[in-house]
Amino acid sequence: MTPLLSVQDITKTYGARIGCTGVSFDLYPGEVMGIVGESGSGKSTLLNCLAGHLEPDAGQVIFDPRADGPVDTVTMSEPERRMLGRTDWAFVHQYARDGLRMSVSAGGNIGERLMAVGERHYGAIRDKAIDWLGRVEIDVDRVDDRPAAFSGGMQQRLQIARNLVTGPRLVFMDEPTGGLDVSVQARLLDLLRGLVREMGLSAIIVTHDLAVVRLLADRLMVMKDGHVVEAGLTDQVLDDPQHAYTQLLVSSVLQV
Amino acid sequence: MNEYNFAYLDEQTKRMIRRAILKALAVPGYQVPFASREMPMPYGWGTGGVQVSAATLTPEDTFKVIDQGADDTTNAVSIRKFFENTAGVATTEETTKATVIQTRHRIPEVKLTEDQILVYQVPIPEPLRFLEPRETETRKMHSLGEYGLMHVKLYEDISQHGAISTAYAYPVKVSGRYVMDPSPIPKFDNPKLEMDAIQLFGAGREQRIYALPPHTKVVSLDFEDYPFEATKADHPCDLCGAKDSYLDEVIMDDAGDRMFVCSDTDYCRTRRAQGHDGRLSKEDAV
Repeated sequence: MTPLLSVQDITKTYGARIGCTGVSFDLYPGEVMGIVGESGSGKSTLLNCLAGHLEPDAGQVIFDPRADGPVDTVTMSEPERRMLGRTDWAFVHQYARDGLRMSVSAGGNIGERLMAVGERHYGAIRDKAIDWLGRVEIDVDRVDDRPAAFSGGMQQRLQIARNLVTGPRLVFMDEPTGGLDVSVQARLLDLLRGLVREMGLSAIIVTHDLAVVRLLADRLMVMKDGHVVEAGLTDQVLDDPQHAYTQLLVSSVLQV
Repeated sequence: MNEYNFAYLDEQTKRMIRRAILKALAVPGYQVPFASREMPMPYGWGTGGVQVSAATLTPEDTFKVIDQGADDTTNAVSIRKFFENTAGVATTEETTKATVIQTRHRIPEVKLTEDQILVYQVPIPEPLRFLEPRETETRKMHSLGEYGLMHVKLYEDISQHGAISTAYAYPVKVSGRYVMDPSPIPKFDNPKLEMDAIQLFGAGREQRIYALPPHTKVVSLDFEDYPFEATKADHPCDLCGAKDSYLDEVIMDDAGDRMFVCSDTDYCRTRRAQGHDGRLSKEDAV
């Protein structure tokens, strides 16, 4: 089986400071990879390098698109990379406001990616938007409301609907549950877990919340100071941490 | 005659503007940046159009200015006077006699010919501006031809109003490539953008020039199930009886009386001179 995404020696520095360095891993179709670490450990830098938002200083990100063979997304042309960002890839931002158009209705937000890939039938776009609102558990009669009128949790679910509407194969998520209260988080995680399994998505989830990766991720990478210090199956890493920093991380989780 | 160089601008500036115009004609619909000059009128009064006209005019030209179709509004009169004073060119109110027509918000009703140039005054040249505020991003979207966002605006229209309610500055795709703002002309005029005359668009404040060469293919954006419609008031002109011209609605009194008249004053006057009548043309007040 060829990996969907093969990352080799990704390095990004900001001047003398290290963003992330020497990161390599393979992600297979249908697999969810978690990346955890404290603030400033380089996990967001890594995610942005993978998603093409930042240009890495070295390394390769080989993606296997539907049509032709594996391509290096770091060296591919910008139009191709942006096309990938609208079709096979999706990016869920930590703050829904960064990923949504706040002045456009919920339906328009969901429809944007469809229209960007050439859908020109209003009825079809609207049906799909309504279908997706239902799938992310937002009342269908909110379809013409602007996201500004939505709660934080609804905005985040709307952002997810907007990203998944074109049926991507790889979803990048940057702290998808950050800033939400625990009951809303639980619903969102439920929803994400359902969608990931149902659509057979691969995902890379960056978070500092170990509970999120425990629920969603098959595999886990622990980052510290730009380096990957430990990687393995999620349960294995969380239940039997080997590296001192992972042990600290696991033991720092508050118990209720 | 006067102390001004021909058509106010100095020759170097006119050359610079002509270069931008030639480039704009070579890449239809593409917004060419140019070093817009300070003009003796405020932004929003047609500084872009005036500069393009100044660079286009020759002493043999006959010049016409219309503002919302009319020859006799403040904007039209003052720009016409401006070029009478600074260029000494002949001016006219008759569309067929003009060789250069500067316009704000309308295309004349009479079909223009190959020896005419239509110059538009453009307030905001960027069709994506109100959807995407970043200039760097809109430029990238143009260069990569990513225009899905334009349809988001039309989607919003339909979802809110049940139809595409954008009635002016209706976005068009030029010769299959660039999406262009045709300046705030009513969408009634959009089909006329495919014409025999050269069309030049000047935005002074935004420092952009773009153009449509004659016979360029111009398609108004729409949805398959909500096709583009050129709309006008469903009424004949009350002065000349024309059923095919774009109409202005004029409120007559506080009892709800109103009249519809051609916005193109030259078209209306010509028809009346030919003996056409409208509902109110016999009344003394008119």
